[in-house]
Amino acid sequence: MNEPNTDVIQGTLDMLILKTLSLEPMHGFGIARRIEQISRGVFKVNPGSLLTALQRLERSGWLDAEWRRTENARRAKIYKLTRSGKKQLESETADWSRRTSAIARLLKAEG
Amino acid sequence: MTLWRQFTRGLHALLRSKAADRDIADEIEGYLEQSAAAYEAAGLSPAEARRQARLEMSGATAVREQVRSYGWENTVASSMSDLRYAARRLRGSLGFTTISIVTLALGIGASTAIFSVIEGVLLKPLSYPESERIIAIRHTAPGIHIEDLNVASSLYFTYTEENRVFRDVGMWRSDTASVTGVGQPEEVPCLVVTNRFLPVLGVQPALGRGFSGVDDHPKSERAVILSDGYWKSHFGADRSVLGRRILLDGDAHTVIGVMPPSFQFLDLPFSLLIPLRVERANVGLISFCCQGIARLKPGVTLTQADADVTRMLALAPAKFPVNPGFSSNVWATARIAPRLFFLKDYQIGDIGKTLWMLMATVGIVLAIACANVANLLLVRADGRRQELAVRAALGAGWGRLARELLLESLLLSVVSGAFGLALAYGAVRVLAAARVENLPRIQEVSIDPFVVLFALSISLAAGLLFGLIPVFKYARPGISAALSSGTRSVSQSKEHHRARSLLVIVQVALAVVLLVGSGLMIRTFQALRSVDPGFSHAEHLETFHVSIPESQAPEPERALRMEQEMLRKLESIAGVSSVAIASNLPMEGGQGDPVYAEDHPDHARTVPPIRTLKFVSPGYFSTIGARLIAGRDLTWAETYNQTPVALVSENMARELWRDPRSAIGKRVRPTLKDDWREVIGVVADLRDVGVDQKAPGIVYWPLFQKNFESSPAYFFRNVGFLIRTPRAGSLALLEDIQKSVARVNSTLPVADVKTLGSVYKKSLARTSFSLVLLAMAGAMALLLGLIGIYGVISYSVSQRTREIGIRLALGAPLENLTKMFVRYGLLLSAAGVAFGLIAALRLTRLMKSILYEVSPSDPITYLGVSAGLVFAAALASYLPARKATKVDPVVALRAD
Repeated sequence: MNEPNTDVIQGTLDMLILKTLSLEPMHGFGIARRIEQISRGVFKVNPGSLLTALQRLERSGWLDAEWRRTENARRAKIYKLTRSGKKQLESETADWSRRTSAIARLLKAEG
Repeated sequence: MTLWRQFTRGLHALLRSKAADRDIADEIEGYLEQSAAAYEAAGLSPAEARRQARLEMSGATAVREQVRSYGWENTVASSMSDLRYAARRLRGSLGFTTISIVTLALGIGASTAIFSVIEGVLLKPLSYPESERIIAIRHTAPGIHIEDLNVASSLYFTYTEENRVFRDVGMWRSDTASVTGVGQPEEVPCLVVTNRFLPVLGVQPALGRGFSGVDDHPKSERAVILSDGYWKSHFGADRSVLGRRILLDGDAHTVIGVMPPSFQFLDLPFSLLIPLRVERANVGLISFCCQGIARLKPGVTLTQADADVTRMLALAPAKFPVNPGFSSNVWATARIAPRLFFLKDYQIGDIGKTLWMLMATVGIVLAIACANVANLLLVRADGRRQELAVRAALGAGWGRLARELLLESLLLSVVSGAFGLALAYGAVRVLAAARVENLPRIQEVSIDPFVVLFALSISLAAGLLFGLIPVFKYARPGISAALSSGTRSVSQSKEHHRARSLLVIVQVALAVVLLVGSGLMIRTFQALRSVDPGFSHAEHLETFHVSIPESQAPEPERALRMEQEMLRKLESIAGVSSVAIASNLPMEGGQGDPVYAEDHPDHARTVPPIRTLKFVSPGYFSTIGARLIAGRDLTWAETYNQTPVALVSENMARELWRDPRSAIGKRVRPTLKDDWREVIGVVADLRDVGVDQKAPGIVYWPLFQKNFESSPAYFFRNVGFLIRTPRAGSLALLEDIQKSVARVNSTLPVADVKTLGSVYKKSLARTSFSLVLLAMAGAMALLLGLIGIYGVISYSVSQRTREIGIRLALGAPLENLTKMFVRYGLLLSAAGVAFGLIAALRLTRLMKSILYEVSPSDPITYLGVSAGLVFAAALASYLPARKATKVDPVVALRAD
């Protein structure tokens, strides 16, 4: 339980959410869980930040939300990537890889 | 797209805030459940799983707040709740709220009212199409000491024919005409204009046609255009009025048009537009008669127009002959130069200075009102120190606290602004109804959207101004530490008191500026009242005009007999002590012409100084109450015999002959061709141009003369009557006058009835108007300043109760304590007075143009105001300081 894990790198949470939702629509906890799993527990998502980010992304038109009944008759908010969300993800991914490769080059040059 | 989504979603959340809250709560709850379920699946007990999930969430409420705080609607929602809170707090302290709103509403209302006047009078363009291209043409002739000269017919023709810069040139003068055949005989105001006058303004008659070039010709059929008001009142708005003939001064005129209702010109009253008929062939070079007006071609500047007029002025002597009786080099001697004004500037004249001064005045009042409210707000915020400290300690950000304090001030100022706007609306209505004399374009003053915007902006600016002071003191970043310290100290720290003392100093300083301003106006008014205008008890002088057309008395002598007959009838009215006739009444000017003196040979070589010419009946001087300095009055025999005699004003006699007595027997004449006239008397100076203007040199001639101004028989058919009686101004007297005139000739209308007193008052109107407004502003400033001092001292006394108690317990004498507080109040007011005097010395220089024989740094005013203010301040501090002596040491030490 107490393995070291880090908060999500600043500014990447939106991209991670969009990426996760590009696989399939899911609810808030599902997203957090998925990010943790895929990052093999490296990134831990703070629920407050996640829910706020979801609110913001939905307002920006990148996500659509829908209330559904779950098996135990609770209401759950299911998020889905929109077309403009998909575009946003593409541009953020491209931007991110451009930056990481630049950093990688820099680190290499030093070595 | 996203903006729209932001807006609609936000609006949705705002309107259904409960549902939105529930959605968030549900989502968080669901998250927790799933998180707990996941922990359970990993092998934890249900209770432990739930605990772990909550721990991870780190406070469901905090997360809810965090999620909820996203979006613009949230700011609106919390601002609304802050606003409701502020409104509740304001309602809670009704006394404070009422005082603040009344003070601010007065300040904002006064500023808005004056601004609406400034906007209507100074800022709005005239209501003609492309009015910025219309100019008034005047001249100046430094060579013969004439500062302001109008337009000559010769120049009108020159400008029309030779100009390169005007699209149209017109000439006009205002006059009256006696209308017969339309109801009662009546003298009506009219504008006499050349045919391009209306095109210059860009205005067309609403009905019928405008004048054409033919109408200007003296031999053409006479035409007339009616004003909308005259058409409606005298012809019942009958459209068939076109082509009808009406008699003006005995001549038939054909109605060719009716002006639109909106048409106005320089605030001049007029019922008729009549062609100005000049025969070009008969025009002499010296034919200054009228006002010039022109429309510039697009893109032409005033400087370019000036250059072109200067060029044309040199052309005129070649085009027109010098009038007989003038030396041939008169044009060169006069050195005539153009004086061009945009028509708007010409119309509003120098009223702008007065209006901006008033704007500054009400602005200062508003600033003082703001300082007062800021002071009250500081007291309130101080009372909330503990509350603010607690909230800051609990984690309320300074932004949130600042917003709350600021919202309260803004609410206060906007509500006051609304009241102020209502006040301004009332003030403008009163102003329009009062028809303030000498205020041009008053009909155009209204509360329009621009004025409302102004009121809103100054309200918000005021709210920010006085709202930011407590914010800065109590809700700035990092204030929580400062707030929590020192709630129970012996006395207030100096720092604590500084803001309020500073505000009081500012208030006093501003009050000093206004009081000095009103003091200077009072001194000006006194100085003006003590000026001898050249007549006495003007309120007992009734005046009116009668014009005798040639159709009623073709020969001048017969008309003169009619005038004398009227004088006799008027003299017999009960209560009338004396009567007289003059071509131009006192303070109404007269024609300005050069006058040659026989024993000044240089006059014949150049052009002598211009004098005002007035033509008067015997008894004129005794009727208006003018002193005869030397010599004697005219006689009726001299008038009938056209004896060549004249009287001159004292200043002219001194200028030409040093001593009034030596003027008697000297000879003068208005042109080189005329007969010489013997000076038989010297009369005290008359302030003919205005009480605050230098008395002009005046020559008085008999009403009927021969060989005068190149005319064999010179006579005035339109004259003013003066009647001295205590009944002046009453309706009964007016009836008696009308009966007396009708007994001589029933077709002659009595026109322009008024007392000379009203004319005199009118000449003081600007001074008294400024005086009243400044005095009101000054009184308000003084009152607010004193309230400020009173407030600070009494607050200081109440805050220092413990200190007073200790001092008393240690045996300090009571009077020493009172003195301590009075000294503090005096210190504040002295500082305020010092700053105020410095500011006043600089600011009152702007008043120079409306002061009369008072220097802007008049020591009496400055000393008086300082002494008065310090005395009042001492009183305002003494009253609350006495409270200190009522402190019971035992109670004081136990307090808190």
